[in-house]
Amino acid sequence: MEWETVIGLEIHTQLATKSKIFSGAATAYGAEPNTQACAVDLGLPGVLPVLNREVVTMAAKFGLAIGAKVAPLSVFARKNYFYPDLPKGYQISQYELPIVEHGTLEIELEDGTTKIIGVTRAHLEEDAGKSLHEDFHGMTGIDLNRAGTPLLEIVSEPDMRSAKEAVAYMKKMHSLVTYLGISDGNMQEGSFRCDANVSVRPKGQKEFGTRTELKNINSFRFVERAINFEVERQIDVLESGGKIIQETRLYDADKDETRSMRSKEEAMDYRYFPDPDLLPVAISEKQLAEVRNTLPELPDAKRQRFMADYGLSRDDAGQLTADRMTADYFETVAGKCGDAKLAANWVNTSLAGALNKDGKAISASPVSADMLGGMLLRIKDNTISGKLAKEIFEAMWQGEGDADTIIDKKGLRQITDTGAIETVLDEIIAANPQQVEQLKAGKDKLMGFFVGQVMKQTGGKANPGQVNELLKKKLGL
Amino acid sequence: MSLDSADVKKIAHLARLAVDEQDIPGYAHNLSNILALVEQMSAVSTDNVTPMAHPLDEIQRLRDDVVTENDQRDHFQQAAQQVEDGLYLVPQVIE
Repeated sequence: MEWETVIGLEIHTQLATKSKIFSGAATAYGAEPNTQACAVDLGLPGVLPVLNREVVTMAAKFGLAIGAKVAPLSVFARKNYFYPDLPKGYQISQYELPIVEHGTLEIELEDGTTKIIGVTRAHLEEDAGKSLHEDFHGMTGIDLNRAGTPLLEIVSEPDMRSAKEAVAYMKKMHSLVTYLGISDGNMQEGSFRCDANVSVRPKGQKEFGTRTELKNINSFRFVERAINFEVERQIDVLESGGKIIQETRLYDADKDETRSMRSKEEAMDYRYFPDPDLLPVAISEKQLAEVRNTLPELPDAKRQRFMADYGLSRDDAGQLTADRMTADYFETVAGKCGDAKLAANWVNTSLAGALNKDGKAISASPVSADMLGGMLLRIKDNTISGKLAKEIFEAMWQGEGDADTIIDKKGLRQITDTGAIETVLDEIIAANPQQVEQLKAGKDKLMGFFVGQVMKQTGGKANPGQVNELLKKKLGL
Repeated sequence: MSLDSADVKKIAHLARLAVDEQDIPGYAHNLSNILALVEQMSAVSTDNVTPMAHPLDEIQRLRDDVVTENDQRDHFQQAAQQVEDGLYLVPQVIE
């Protein structure tokens, strides 16, 4: 039987505020345990939550960016469950009236086709603390620094039909929240986490199959692997006559498998009810208009502009606009060297490769956009060849200074003095009479041989185009 | 809607409440009575009434995004039964 996969994603993105959603405690990552957990975060008796204005603004920004309805009135609810990293016994979330509803996100698949994925809703909630199960004499250690960190939970429609579509959606969403500046998107630190609802059904069937929820998927690579594993598992179960149980499954990246965590608690088991400690949150048309004015240029628009203004290919523009930092970096480089295509090539290949190799984010690149732009300027004005540029880039990466410093220090200036090149060329012509004859007889391939010899003799400092011309002139070609 | 003993046990479990077996029928009876009262209320037509999220006719006040709390870990942890390396220790929970 042919099966169709149906996927919906729930993305939890930490909002980049300084203080928590309901308290004035700091949200900075990596602090000593429990030093950023105040009385409100600890759920001590008598405390009251006070909502952070910035959190509301960020959610509204997100809503506008996905063309959603931003609710003029939204309501916080208590989601009740017991776990030691949730000291109050309930998580403050939104249930019936979330702040954002009915948006869309366009994704692009590998073959270049696009697809619109529905975003059902996005609601505000507080994060829980962290449980550490390492060795505490058979006890569990609780760190409540993360408790009360603002989260925007973004729930998609079950619109995705393959793991690849799910990855494309997750990447696009990641790009969007970082563009908007509402999240740092740091997946290692848990700022952008994803749960996937996965089911399969016989192709052509209208009803959805029973779904499982995959937790703990914290990288783009894992989301694809986890979903593919789960789809295979479900098909195996169904084809051997079994039934899928609605449950939560944990993805284990080390073993590349999913395993049962708990059978799905029904929604009503959380006993949601409006939080009496918090009043409804209002956003006026005027506030919304103000937020709209602060929206930055978004990835799709930026990509279009890069194609139109810089004459870049769709792929190049897509790669450059995938995150805002890269896009800004590129624009600085292009502005400095005045050649957008050259800039795009260097950013997308040499720079991307070096960052990838050293596992660095572009914000931590040892070669700044100004430095790269400055080096490309030296290619443009013929001071250096493209080949030498690679060497200079490597030296800049190792912290040896900017391009001009390195060019001077290493004497890498391209030889533009015709006389100097001619001298070298004459020697090579004299030493290779046979090749000269063959070239004259029409074996054009040998041009490369002579240019190569000159480059070798000059340590790559000759301009290949110039060598070519001189050679032709000398041999009367 | 009325609750049977199984419902009461489930609710008690969700709320982590220990309930004596002998008290369960009594709870089932009393809770069912409460639900019956709610059912009576649901007979009222609310078609043109906006659901109320809060008895006060006010909207939420917001605070600026500023860190105002300093570290009071030592103070708070005096109330904890057991702490280690700055962590609160609780009986082991593994999902």
